[in-house]
Amino acid sequence: MNDAQIRRFKLLGQLFGVFIRIGPSTFGGGYSMITMIEEEIVHKKGWMNEEEMGEMVTIAGSAPGGVAVNSSAFIGYRLAGILGAVTAVFAITLPTFMIVFLLSLLSTIFKDNEKMTAALQGIHASIVALIIVAACKMWKSSILDTATLLIAASAVFLLLFTDIHSLYLILGGPLAGIAVILCKRQLGMAVRTEKPPSEDKRELHYPEYYI
Amino acid sequence: MLWQLFIVFLKVGLVSFGGGYAVLTLIQREAGGRGWTDLEEFQEVVAMAGMAPGSIATNAATLIGYSEAGILGAIIATVGIILPSLILVILISSFFLRLHNNAWIKSSFYGLRPIVTGLIIYAAVHFGFGRLGDAALSWTMVGMLLICAGSLALVTKYKVHPFAVILLSAVAGIVLF
Repeated sequence: MNDAQIRRFKLLGQLFGVFIRIGPSTFGGGYSMITMIEEEIVHKKGWMNEEEMGEMVTIAGSAPGGVAVNSSAFIGYRLAGILGAVTAVFAITLPTFMIVFLLSLLSTIFKDNEKMTAALQGIHASIVALIIVAACKMWKSSILDTATLLIAASAVFLLLFTDIHSLYLILGGPLAGIAVILCKRQLGMAVRTEKPPSEDKRELHYPEYYI
Repeated sequence: MLWQLFIVFLKVGLVSFGGGYAVLTLIQREAGGRGWTDLEEFQEVVAMAGMAPGSIATNAATLIGYSEAGILGAIIATVGIILPSLILVILISSFFLRLHNNAWIKSSFYGLRPIVTGLIIYAAVHFGFGRLGDAALSWTMVGMLLICAGSLALVTKYKVHPFAVILLSAVAGIVLF
């Protein structure tokens, strides 16, 4: 092995080490983890600067999938190419996978335990609460005008009262967005496609709609 | 079986914009349609997936994969749901600067975000009131509403960490039911 290879190997090892520690702390959502990633990657390791972190948050939030997995893929790729991305994603997923696996084993053992069923029912109720919080936060960043309100309302209507597959809604959303924006431009109306950046920087780190 | 698990969760992963809650309905439909889980089993899966760290959708994939095809199934389902994110993030970060300020991309997200909001609202309604049909005003329902309202207050008003709230609700569940 030459020097460059050794350095690369070391970097992969470090990436693995950082993300395997961040993985289990993603309790309560990907966004709470971004502060942690920033601390490790920007301040401790100095692998990236603040600007690149901002870029990461945008990509991690807009690509499909979890914020945690997306951020680790982004950082791994920037630092060590495709192998780096795979290493970082593997490291962040592994602990969660093991925990879920353990939970699953435990639940098989206590399957007919009344207390276990009751506890799961309680958790179910609080997850509904967390979903409601997520919906509110997502609402704030997505409902910008009447058109977006109508799109959201028709999505809920279609899901509740028809048998529509949510895949079609996800595919239809961008089309509706493009159509609305084109119409508005045609009519000479003011268009705003994004929420203006919040004054409070913490806000960006807090919307845990992804849990 | 393994191949089917992989394909289903690959598809879910590809469209999981806005995170896990928005695709719970999709997972339920795909898994339910293939006879992997019924609604009640799925609600247990969601409760357990929410308890573990990380994305609720990925955790649900792991759990469903495990119950269908053991540990190999769990691995295959997890890889399936994560793979699209990995590939897309690599693609996007290679072309990011060109894409980010593109008007078409912005318009697409302008339309996509309200849809994601709608999906999350539906997930709340569906998982919150999905089972109410058969027991309109039972003790269980009152208890669930109490826990739900209590959790809402704790998370929004007192900024309690979601994981602490989940643990508290498990205790509340044992006490109430």
